[in-house]
Amino acid sequence: MDDFIAARSQMALSLGFHIIFACIGMIMPFFMAISHYLYLKKRNDHYRKLTVAWSKGVAIFFVTGAVSGTMLSFELGLLWPEFMLHAGPIFGMPFSLEGTAFFLEAIAIGFFLYGWGKFHPWFHWYTGVMVGVTGLASGILVVAANGWMNAPTGFDYVDGEFLNIDPMAAMFNDAWFTQALHMTLAAFVATGFAVAGIHAFLLMRGKNKPLHRSALKIALSLGAVAAILQPISGDISAKDVAQRQPAKLAAMEAHYHTESNAPLIIGGIPDEKNKIVNYAIKIPGGLSFLAHGDFNAEVIGLDQFPEDEQPPVLITHLAFQIMVGCGMILMLTGILWLFGQWRKKPFVEAKWFLTLLAFLTPLGFIAVEAGWVVTEVGRQPWIIYGIMKTREGLTPMPGIVYSFWLYTFIYLSLCGIVSLLLIRQIQDLDKKETPLPTYPR
Amino acid sequence: MLYVVIAFLYIALLFYLLFGGADFGAGIIELFTSDAKKEKSRLLTYRAIGPIWEANHMWLIISIVILFVGFPAIYSSLSIYLHIPLSLMLLGIIARGTAFIFRHYDPVKGKLQKVYNLIYVYSSFVTPFFLGNIAGTVISGRINPAAKSFPEAYLFPWLGYFPIAVGLFTICICGFLAAVYLIGEADDYVDRILFRNKAIWLNILTVLTGGLIFLSAYVEEMELLNELLSNNVSLTALVLASISLPILWYAIRNFHYKMARVLAGFQVSMILFALFYRLFPAFVIMNGAVLTLEETAAPLSTLNALGIALLAGSIFILPALYYLIYSFQKKRFDQDTDIVNMVGGEERRK
Ligand code: HDD
Ligand code: HEM
Ligand code: HEM
Repeated sequence: MDDFIAARSQMALSLGFHIIFACIGMIMPFFMAISHYLYLKKRNDHYRKLTVAWSKGVAIFFVTGAVSGTMLSFELGLLWPEFMLHAGPIFGMPFSLEGTAFFLEAIAIGFFLYGWGKFHPWFHWYTGVMVGVTGLASGILVVAANGWMNAPTGFDYVDGEFLNIDPMAAMFNDAWFTQALHMTLAAFVATGFAVAGIHAFLLMRGKNKPLHRSALKIALSLGAVAAILQPISGDISAKDVAQRQPAKLAAMEAHYHTESNAPLIIGGIPDEKNKIVNYAIKIPGGLSFLAHGDFNAEVIGLDQFPEDEQPPVLITHLAFQIMVGCGMILMLTGILWLFGQWRKKPFVEAKWFLTLLAFLTPLGFIAVEAGWVVTEVGRQPWIIYGIMKTREGLTPMPGIVYSFWLYTFIYLSLCGIVSLLLIRQIQDLDKKETPLPTYPR
Repeated sequence: MLYVVIAFLYIALLFYLLFGGADFGAGIIELFTSDAKKEKSRLLTYRAIGPIWEANHMWLIISIVILFVGFPAIYSSLSIYLHIPLSLMLLGIIARGTAFIFRHYDPVKGKLQKVYNLIYVYSSFVTPFFLGNIAGTVISGRINPAAKSFPEAYLFPWLGYFPIAVGLFTICICGFLAAVYLIGEADDYVDRILFRNKAIWLNILTVLTGGLIFLSAYVEEMELLNELLSNNVSLTALVLASISLPILWYAIRNFHYKMARVLAGFQVSMILFALFYRLFPAFVIMNGAVLTLEETAAPLSTLNALGIALLAGSIFILPALYYLIYSFQKKRFDQDTDIVNMVGGEERRK
């Protein structure tokens, strides 16, 4: 492994780790707030228990998210100092606003986690909601920075220099809206199905039924709605990518040759040497329709780009298939659930359905990781699309390979401990009745 | 707007040293707590810094964002030449932050607790040390952009007497700040005496390691001492810090903990102020080159946007932060400690 690959892998690892915690940090507070609200309205004890149980999970995930985010803000410089030297002043606007959002989030979580019984119940509830709102805001803002790397605007690039910088224009880049919409929905899908899966599993074990039933309902209802909207937003994203990064679209679809009435390739293994896709299902005209809304439109293939400006096809294509595959399964399950709820069908508590949900626990997060691989690997070899190559951004310091192994070790240990803690918290929930924090009447 | 941004940078760095520092200090003094007392002092620390733990560390993020948006050349050259100490500092931040929360949210109080505690305590030394070490390197002129070999470029700059002395000094400052802060948080007399004694010891150590800084600067033939003393404003700041020492001792001895907190904060601020004032507008002094804040500043359009974002952000942040600190100071947890314990899953211990 050379330093360049090591740096890219380290960046991918760190971001891939952070995004899990970021999603949970953005969405769990909303689930918590709903359950908290129901408790305050109905004074039904299991809601209180659920809120507390969830808030412990949030505390664990929050610090892990915060430290991994802190690492990221250093890693951008440690690994890509040349990139940051130029990019910092241009795409810095969302980061500066994000600073405020993080700060407010940190304050709100202090109030929420330590505020049981110390504040007016509705003020306490409100701080919980604010944790979610500020978390969501920071997620949306940081995606603007990533959008800028995909669709760089807000400067003039003259002889290798970045002139006439306009940070606002850079923030409102072409990719921001579609990416932020898709990402926000993804966070709801991934967190919703993961939480629902865990509670479905616990519901099957038979203890604390009312609690798990409510938890399942809250998490899955939000997750299902988002899962239904997700393919629509994904379609908007794909059309957008077709416009702004045709090479990425071509890599996603393993579309080697420019043609009109281009087929949609489902599954299959791209053969990068011979530029063909084996074992795939092809739907004639499908890609032309999805990318441009017309079965006969011409879709640019990878042959339009010089060899050294083509993204890796195998990884991008597989990741895209995985994301869409997961998305379809989750959407169908979501429809099934909403239908069951609406018609009050008993199957929503049948063993087969709960088993299904339990198996779907990691699926949303797999889709999130795959989606980011599509976006980031599909942008290669560019770090700033069309302007700066990833290799030019690399630090001159040798030995990044060691740093990569060190970070891998750290992230693996953190994963291990967080999983262990989560399992212990869940076991704790099913054990004896523990006294809970409460409000003075 | 440039000066607004610079002011925010200095303030964020100072606040990180004060609040983040006191936070790390709590881990440092845990090492010097007898086993019998450890459990109690852990609970106390958790109660005292838990609610503001996150906010304390935000100052670092804000400083980093200001650096890479406003002064990209400084951010990127520090990232290159100080890659190793920065990574080590990060390791400390990760290990400590997670261990602090994990040990409270692990409902099983078993063997792992020992591991968490070990990590918590030792990583509390790592971050302040490297924070100081990095600061020392940055002003020492030891970074050598013309270096040809790996050790010359990436190891020697931060492995010197001076940067190491600054690192040790920072550890002592953090421990001292924490001890002073915790005097006022302790809920019984025995604990107060405990923290008071620690505060006194750590203050003596701080003064000693401060001397070490000047000694190492002398050995390495840096002009630091002369330069600081030859500047009237910096000199005044240092003199004020020294004069306030006896008052601080008096305050600590007699448990005027509010006064002690203010004075301790004042001294640290004065030392940092003397340094910033003397250096300004220089920020990084390298071998043969100086990076100043004015010359490395981003274009005006960026600085304007950054400055406005920071000002607007403060309007939201400061009142909320104030209310957070105020309400948790006021609603001291004495009456309902058990509630906190329960949220922390603490009840298993009994
Ligand atoms: C739960 C997660 C999830 C699910 C079910 C889907 N996606 Fe997705 N997708 C993401 C999670 C995600 C993501 C992780 O959030 C990405 C990465 C970057 C981004 O903005 O969103 C993404 C990126 C992404 C991109 C690249 C955008 C860009 O580079 O700007 C496209 C074209 C799609 N998606 C399309 C789809 C389609 C057609 C789906 C149909 C089912 C789909 N996604 C389901
Ligand atoms: C959290 C979700 C994200 C994930 C999972 C993710 C994933 C990845 C992956 C897989 C790579 C490696 C690509 C390759 O080298 O082939 C990468 C690179 C990179 N990403 Fe992201 N990314 C995310 C968000 C962001 C955001 C928001 C930013 C913007 C600030 C960003 C900045 C970078 C940079 C600077 C690189 C290295 C240069 C490059 O390889 O192009 N990423 N990321
Ligand atoms: C699309 C990608 C990203 C999303 C959606 C995202 C979202 C979030 C969220 C929601 C949090 C709050 C933590 C929690 O509640 O658990 C967070 C924390 C953080 N993120 Fe990210 N982030 C992304 C990428 C990045 C990148 C690229 C950086 C670095 C430049 C970064 C820096 C941080 C920092 C410093 C924190 C800690 C803030 C704190 O202490 O509260 N994030 N992120």
